[in-house]
Amino acid sequence: MAPKNSKVSRNPNLIPGIGKYSRSQMYHKKGLWAIKAKNGGQFPHHEKKAKPETTSEKPPNFYPADDVKKPLVNKRKPKPTKLRTSITPGTVLIILTGRFKGKRVVFLKQLPSGLLLITGPFKINGVPLRRVNQSYVIATSTKVDISGVDVNKLDDKYFGKKAEKKKKKGEGEFFEAEKEDKNVLPQEKKDDQKLVDASLIQSIEAVPDLKAYLAARFSLKSGMKPHELVF
Amino acid sequence: MVKGRQGERVRLYVRGTVLGYKRSKSNQYPNTSLIQIEGLNTKDDVAWYCGKRMAYIYKAKVKKNGTHYRCIWGKVIRPHGNSGVVRAKFKSNLPPKSMGAKVRVFMYPSNI
Repeated sequence: MAPKNSKVSRNPNLIPGIGKYSRSQMYHKKGLWAIKAKNGGQFPHHEKKAKPETTSEKPPNFYPADDVKKPLVNKRKPKPTKLRTSITPGTVLIILTGRFKGKRVVFLKQLPSGLLLITGPFKINGVPLRRVNQSYVIATSTKVDISGVDVNKLDDKYFGKKAEKKKKKGEGEFFEAEKEDKNVLPQEKKDDQKLVDASLIQSIEAVPDLKAYLAARFSLKSGMKPHELVF
Repeated sequence: MVKGRQGERVRLYVRGTVLGYKRSKSNQYPNTSLIQIEGLNTKDDVAWYCGKRMAYIYKAKVKKNGTHYRCIWGKVIRPHGNSGVVRAKFKSNLPPKSMGAKVRVFMYPSNI
């Protein structure tokens, strides 16, 4: 017999709490008479599985004075922010805020946190592989061919702050530790940047003027009205 | 206010002027300010700017956070009237000396 996919009640509700059929009618509908007949007059009865013996627990030493309510379990997983339809991989974006404001930059992909992964490319305008929030970016209609770029290994963890090592206590060592804490960009990140940019720069140079376009910054000039501009 | 190394100035905000507080003839309500944004002439134009953040920047004698410049953040709430004037609410109400002063209306949170 093929298993039924959806469990629909055989007893439709007339009003919530009141079914259409009585107990005896439901007995007939469910076919309990046939199950009993198959089993020789009795309803089939299975022995309960023996529970494995657990070691007896000590009664607790401490009982809290008041009953504290446990909060309900929350299994909700947030989705990444909905990406605007104007932003597709390869779109040129204008960054609106931060140290790279006004820079035109290539969009690579949306990370699971919802932030956008972008790159200058670094050689063209000095913007490295970076995360940016969708709200602080204007999408232009210019697209760059991004098919040659492999961004699978770039993730939110890649960009997260490194966990700081615990500083040793001890006066001599304390001073030394402070000096060593310089922010040197690891060579691995520089290599990742070059890898991603290599194929990107090729597709950019294929389009006339695109390289100069990406190198230049966007700025509002006198008489420019953003609400009338078409990006 | 971070100065870039080359000093390339990009303006990524629209200039606006503080006209005063929301008011009737003889009462004013300082929690909302009226802003005239450059280039806006009609109520329909304002729709693009609703929700955009703005900053009122002023100077003070005492250095705070390493700078003489201070800022009050706010945002565009809704149009005011039919001719492109805009209502804005700031984190703390704008001081009366801001009337006639410039305000920067940024292009974020962006929706384009």
